[in-house]
Amino acid sequence: MLTIDQATYDAIVAHAKRDHPDEACGIVAGPEGSDRPERFIEMINAAGSPTFYEFDSTDLLQLYKEMDANDEEPVIVYHSHTATEAYPSRTDIGLAMEPNAHYVLVSTREHGNDAGPVEFRSYRIVDGNVTEEEISIVPTLS
Amino acid sequence: MAIEVKIPTILRTYTAGEKAVSAEGKTLSALIDDLEANHSGIKERLIDNGDLRRFVNVYINDEDVRFIGGLDAELKDGDQVVVLPAVAGGC
Repeated sequence: MLTIDQATYDAIVAHAKRDHPDEACGIVAGPEGSDRPERFIEMINAAGSPTFYEFDSTDLLQLYKEMDANDEEPVIVYHSHTATEAYPSRTDIGLAMEPNAHYVLVSTREHGNDAGPVEFRSYRIVDGNVTEEEISIVPTLS
Repeated sequence: MAIEVKIPTILRTYTAGEKAVSAEGKTLSALIDDLEANHSGIKERLIDNGDLRRFVNVYINDEDVRFIGGLDAELKDGDQVVVLPAVAGGC
């Protein structure tokens, strides 16, 4: 199960809506082994595309050095789908390289940049196997 | 000649869980062969058809090797190499 606080949830949704129709992407880092998504980090989609996302390689190195220095790891890796459901695509599955992370998918296909509900789902992706998990949204992480 | 190579989580199965290992080589290509000699199987995860895999990033002293010669990028004692899988996907 993914436990996420309301503010982080809202930040992911806001980013996805803002970048629609391009895919938005980012990470929520947390202390290694804690499974606590504490530090929301919006990334730029270097692909700038409605059908693909990729962190810029320089940004990626910077991010991982920062997490390394803080003893953090990516607890959530999120991205949006802007025309399809919030389910990992074959490409998403093939490129999922963080076995400990929750992969969050947001779909903005219904309301785009406008207010309104989004699909927000979370998965584990390990060795090509996708397992959807429940999401618990809490006011603050206890 | 020792070069520290930082290994991402997904490849630590090849390094007995170690986050960083020491390796040798005058070029990135030679370094990867040396890694393979001690951590069998890792090369295939980095190289495909004789070139670096598209979604694996390798940095030498913070420079993406794609901009400094790729597998031919030169290495010297004390350099630091970081391997990071791309964070990418698409619908």
